[in-house]
Amino acid sequence: MGRFVLRRLLQSVVVLLGVTLVVFLLLQLVPGDPVRVALGTRFDQQTYDALRERSGLDRPLVVQYLSYVGHALTGDLGVSFRSGQPVTSIVLERLPATGSLSVTAVLFALLVAFPLGVLSAMRSGSFVDHAARVFSQFGVSVPDFWMGIMGILLFAGVLGWLPPSGYVALTDDPAGWASHVALPAAAVGLVTASILTRFIRSSVLEVLAEDYVRTAEAKGLRRRVVIVRHVLRNALIPVVTVVAVQLASLVGGVIVIEVLFAWPGVGRLTYDAVQARDYPVLQGAVLFVATLFLLMNLLVDVLYARLDPRITLR
Amino acid sequence: MSAPVVPSPRAGGEPPGGEPVLAIDDLTVTLGTRNGPARAVAGVDWSVAPGRTLALVGESGSGKSMTVLAATGLAPRSATVTGRVRLLGRELTTMSETDRRRWRGRHVGFVFQDPMTTLNPVLTVGRQVTEACEEHLGMSRRQARSRAVELLDLVGIPAPERRVDAHPHQFSGGMRQRVVIAMALACEPELLIADEPTTALDVTTQAQIVELVADLRRRLGTAVVWITHDLGVVAGIADTVAVMYGGRIVEQGPVDAVFAAPGHPYTRALLAARPRPGAAGEELAAIPGAPPSPLDLPAGCAFWPRCPVRGDARCAHELPPLVPIAPGHRVRTFYPTTADGGATADPTTADGGATADPTTADGGATAEDRHQLRPEDR
Repeated sequence: MGRFVLRRLLQSVVVLLGVTLVVFLLLQLVPGDPVRVALGTRFDQQTYDALRERSGLDRPLVVQYLSYVGHALTGDLGVSFRSGQPVTSIVLERLPATGSLSVTAVLFALLVAFPLGVLSAMRSGSFVDHAARVFSQFGVSVPDFWMGIMGILLFAGVLGWLPPSGYVALTDDPAGWASHVALPAAAVGLVTASILTRFIRSSVLEVLAEDYVRTAEAKGLRRRVVIVRHVLRNALIPVVTVVAVQLASLVGGVIVIEVLFAWPGVGRLTYDAVQARDYPVLQGAVLFVATLFLLMNLLVDVLYARLDPRITLR
Repeated sequence: MSAPVVPSPRAGGEPPGGEPVLAIDDLTVTLGTRNGPARAVAGVDWSVAPGRTLALVGESGSGKSMTVLAATGLAPRSATVTGRVRLLGRELTTMSETDRRRWRGRHVGFVFQDPMTTLNPVLTVGRQVTEACEEHLGMSRRQARSRAVELLDLVGIPAPERRVDAHPHQFSGGMRQRVVIAMALACEPELLIADEPTTALDVTTQAQIVELVADLRRRLGTAVVWITHDLGVVAGIADTVAVMYGGRIVEQGPVDAVFAAPGHPYTRALLAARPRPGAAGEELAAIPGAPPSPLDLPAGCAFWPRCPVRGDARCAHELPPLVPIAPGHRVRTFYPTTADGGATADPTTADGGATADPTTADGGATAEDRHQLRPEDR
């Protein structure tokens, strides 16, 4: 298992190299001169040339890429064109905001999807089942930013229960954080909940039809024991993957919601970096999200082996 | 498989027979399907006495599995079950769901067809074998584990102390079926229901499993209901046999009598379709046509469309009653076969007693056949 993890981590480095290359080349295709944009109204030819030379953009592409990768390996992702701050610290600064939003959204989604999915599978064809299906159809059809806007209108506008936007760090003021995170987390979580409800429902339905569930019933076990020990233990193994992938994609993908709620996370950072042609920051953010995906997938594989005895990691 | 590690008051004690362990009476099962109601089982009755083996024989879809599943409360939710079922003298059909679950778990053990899918892949075999003991006998986790080791030893699994913590995928098919048998016997049930337990296994393993169950039945005095389509197995292990077709019993009686003098054309055809050692190279007899769909059963005898005897219009429109042709031997046909192999008229009008006496019957089966059936009776 240790060897498995080590090998996978080495493989991840190769994948990340590929990611940096693709991102690097893509950025060359984007129209607009980052140095020109960074200078804005302060533009004059001398400053422009100086900044261009300082950021290494006057060198050949291959040299630029190799030096970027070389520095990246030591954790140095360069400095922002905009603020001159190191990219690594800029991205890491945004982590608590994004992390706390994503985790809250996924927890919210699980809280809704788990009971709903299991119940609608156990009572397939019942009222609960139909209600769950309408809910998940609604959730996957309606975009999260629209949910967010409706949430702001209702809970911040009409009812005045929650602040419409903004961010308070969890470590500074837990209650303030909770009131600020509620709306964006619900807006994002609702979509995730819909996907998970469907997935859990079909997974549980599939396991309910397995012979070993009939075996457990034949033994005269209580319904609760049959469901928890025999059905859920098996049905939730594939759900782990979906939850992990959802979580990873939220960390890098709640751009619209972060912008809508003025939430200073990685998504917002990516958005701003694109707007400002701040290439080092954009590259850093993408690299960060890719790393997170790889780590999540590794975590899923390790979890799988722990949950399913038929899988051994070699 | 050496010492009798499962102490049982019944083991080797009282002779088999007496009050039935399971008695079902007029059991009818109707399944609600997309295409309307399907009558899977109709008016079935039989019983099995302590230490005895009843074989339920029939083709796929004849209702043999559904009969026992419905009787023990394991029928699918879409099924409507009517009739009476007494397990150890207690009526199951009027019990609450909870009572039935407990009564079934405590007194009936099940061995299902495919050991590859019967066991839960994520739990250790030890846990699965005796989790019912925790539920019904109030054993602790630790007691249950050591009981599991005993049971695995009983069914002939080598190194049970080590294997008890293994998972199902680490066992071969035959070994898994042994695990399932150990699981079925965990609470020392009075009744073992084996639903085609050898169908998914290769031939040599089949014989071992048949032998194992027969041996355990002798040692533990458990009654067995063996569901199969394999008449060869029936001959070796059963005391009585009930042949099902289209959801009904078409012939029922002591295994010797049924094999020696099958009264129903269907049973005769089944027996004729068996491969026989002396007949290598010959083409096997087959029954033309296919069994009827439970969605669309004929009004009269369900076998009539395929019947080689082909009676009259009465067969097509009127359901033949199940009538005795010998003590304990009943047949559902207007044209029971006689000892000389021909068909008589209606047994209710003919003097059926003498002609159908299995002890004088010679036409139904060869001497070789019967020798094959029960060597100890010869």
